[in-house]
Amino acid sequence: MSLFSSLRAKITALAKPVRGRIGDSLFTALAFLAAITIVVMMALMVYELYLVARPAISEFGAGFLTSEEWDPVNDVYGAKPFIFGTIVSSLLALLMAVPLSLGIAIFLSQFAPRWLRSQLGFVVELLAAIPSVVYGLWGIFVLAPFLGDTIEPWFVDYLGWIPLFAGPVYGVGLFTAGVILAIMILPTISAISRESMQNVPSDQKEAAQALGATPWETVRMSVLPLARPGIIGAIILGLGRALGETMAVTMVIGNSPKIPESIFAPAYTIASVIASEFAEVTAGLHQAALVELALILLVITLLLNLLARLLVQKTGRRASKTRSKRA
Amino acid sequence: MISTLHRQRRNFISNAAYLFCALSAVIALIPLILILAYVILQGASALSIEFLTQLPKPVGETGGGMGNAIVGSLMLIGIASVLGLPIGVLAGTFLAEYRSPRLSWTVRLLADILSGVPSIIVGVFVYTLLVLTIGHFSALAGGVALAILMLPTVARTTEEMLRMVPDSLREASLALGISRWRTIVSIVIKTAGGGIMTGIMLALARIAGETAPLLFTALGSRTWPTGIDKPVASLPVQIYQYAISPYADWHAQAWAGSLVLVLMVLILSVGSKLYFGRKMRSVR
Amino acid sequence: MAGCITTSNLSAFFGDVRAIEGVNIEIPANKITALIGPSGCGKSTFLRCLNRMHELVPGARSTGEVVWDGKDIYAPDMDATEVRRGIGMVFQKPNPFPLMSIADNVSAGLRLAGMTRNKAFISETVERSLKMAALWDEVKNKLDKPGGSLSGGQQQRLCIARALAVEPDIILMDEPCSALDPASTQKIEDTMEQLKQKYTIVIVTHNMQQAGRVSDFTGFMLTQETGEPGRLVEYGPTSKIFTMPDRKETENYITGRFG
Repeated sequence: MSLFSSLRAKITALAKPVRGRIGDSLFTALAFLAAITIVVMMALMVYELYLVARPAISEFGAGFLTSEEWDPVNDVYGAKPFIFGTIVSSLLALLMAVPLSLGIAIFLSQFAPRWLRSQLGFVVELLAAIPSVVYGLWGIFVLAPFLGDTIEPWFVDYLGWIPLFAGPVYGVGLFTAGVILAIMILPTISAISRESMQNVPSDQKEAAQALGATPWETVRMSVLPLARPGIIGAIILGLGRALGETMAVTMVIGNSPKIPESIFAPAYTIASVIASEFAEVTAGLHQAALVELALILLVITLLLNLLARLLVQKTGRRASKTRSKRA
Repeated sequence: MISTLHRQRRNFISNAAYLFCALSAVIALIPLILILAYVILQGASALSIEFLTQLPKPVGETGGGMGNAIVGSLMLIGIASVLGLPIGVLAGTFLAEYRSPRLSWTVRLLADILSGVPSIIVGVFVYTLLVLTIGHFSALAGGVALAILMLPTVARTTEEMLRMVPDSLREASLALGISRWRTIVSIVIKTAGGGIMTGIMLALARIAGETAPLLFTALGSRTWPTGIDKPVASLPVQIYQYAISPYADWHAQAWAGSLVLVLMVLILSVGSKLYFGRKMRSVR
Repeated sequence: MAGCITTSNLSAFFGDVRAIEGVNIEIPANKITALIGPSGCGKSTFLRCLNRMHELVPGARSTGEVVWDGKDIYAPDMDATEVRRGIGMVFQKPNPFPLMSIADNVSAGLRLAGMTRNKAFISETVERSLKMAALWDEVKNKLDKPGGSLSGGQQQRLCIARALAVEPDIILMDEPCSALDPASTQKIEDTMEQLKQKYTIVIVTHNMQQAGRVSDFTGFMLTQETGEPGRLVEYGPTSKIFTMPDRKETENYITGRFG
């Protein structure tokens, strides 16, 4: 109540009609310019990157995407090892993160007691606040040695006959990068999935419960189908994050511009090679090639982002549609 | 009609599912605890006044600190704020207060897309824009990169918070003859202030930890900052460079730097939510 | 096959708040029992205690006995999900599974119980349940259309068919017609008359005329003052309750002296 009366006093003090109109136009123009800045920025970004990458684009053409040669000395560049590393490390990350993220999302939205929900949710979000370089530091000195000494040798011993899991084992490599990416995208996927699940109207759950469904059957039958677009959107957003993650990956992937023979071998991603090599480019097409890589990554993440947002919107719309039909 | 054996199997599956989900939550906690534990333990042992206030020693010598990196980070955050906050808040104000369906939809979409662009690409972009053209690395370029990264968060949060202010407040103000812009600035934005501040603090927390966009804009340095047109050290970049170096002393300093950085980020994100959340609640 | 259900001293709580208190009622088999009373008197809460849906609300619990065919459904060795299969429920807002086909909606309960292999049995049951719910003729040619594509009244009859498919003893209906138009309401009331030959029906309704039309027995619930828990004030054959009630409060409610 006191806030309202103090506002009222302020309003009365401000009610001077004189310079309003000029002020209004000026302010509107400023706000408009600020909004336009975002649009211009995005357009400029694509344009600038294209400009700097053009020498490489015209030199290597479509072969850039399929060539495995990355040779700054002879000024020959190919993107395949980096595209491979980026995609495989991200897919590895998804493989590990998605089941856990969904488990967490289901636990927090359906099974956990009320008092636990906000605490646990908060803690999972804490994972998202840790800077990438700190993940990388921990990755180099804790995770990589641990994986290299325990988990990876175990795989090589028991599954090493499959070329995918063959040694030698270095600690750093594609697999370690996958693990650290999985940890980093876990909060994203679980938070958005959880929101989608919470948007499912409760009378859907009651319908299943009234038929004698067990708690898991209730989730499977009434929550998951309706939350599915949002969950897929969450996974795609997580994938987008993994594709663009730079520092933590650079520090644990081994930085080898070759397509690795096994998942325990060192590799390279687009973001990592840019981070490692950009500040020390040799003359010639080196920089243009790196910027072309950046452009490729930009386009991929752009498309994924669009797709994800469309899907996440769909759950919100469907939830409100089934609600309004009853009215 | 339904056998008890089958019912038992269904209950078993349900309990197993519950267990898996609960276990997932526990598994997610393990890396968090491990990372925080290592950062705190390793970092604290290398933390000292010398670390916080001294410049780095030449390569090979032990000792020294990250004083310049800490100051550099603050400087970069400052530059980013000066550039990014006004544009972000104004853009959010435009989205919330002015009706222009097509433009607003485009701006919102692009802001969302911008927030998904990998930060290293923003770094490359600012490099082509400000480093190639000017001819050398600079703190300004680093600040611009960080400002671009904070734009979407600030704009969207501002828009959301402004939308929560009831229309009756705007109408009351306009009906008294107060101009539109004054209404927005002194009444609406003021009322939503707490929430907007929270969004700003969260955006700052995010850019405080960013490394990639600084690698080829602000670059780094081993001296105190000398000007916004010169390269400048920053905590995340310094941590990175020390971490990948071969010197054990530098590794220890990297942990100490991480401790400082994590504390900074956590205080900003958690603290802002608590403080301004309380303020917002008392306003209502 | 139909069952009867008896409660002894049933009280229900939301946390510390007592919603209903000391309800003793004997609901006979193969009859329609209606529960009437002003809003907030706890009729729905009571109904949800009968199939152990009440306890699904966080912090909610109940005390007392609910005996169904000789067993207390709250006994420690009773499986709540098994109780809910045997005592079905139809809700106020029709809630078919929107993404499932009409046929799959009806057979949902069967498929949960594992009857997936016997396809002939499932389609027979789907047809039989839809016929009993008076919906078969309207949907027999579009059984694969999604459940959400039907009108409100049809959706509610679909929910009834879904509840019937698992062959419960008792069907609980929580204001099943309050979201529907008069024509659909009529159809459902006719259906209930058919259903009671095989099942026991307990219906909560705030529409007194409906209670008078369809039910054999009626229970009147009331909270004496705000803040008091709801109690069962009177229970008996519908004709008696509506013409010569024992209690003054019942009479006042029936004659419309308070809503």
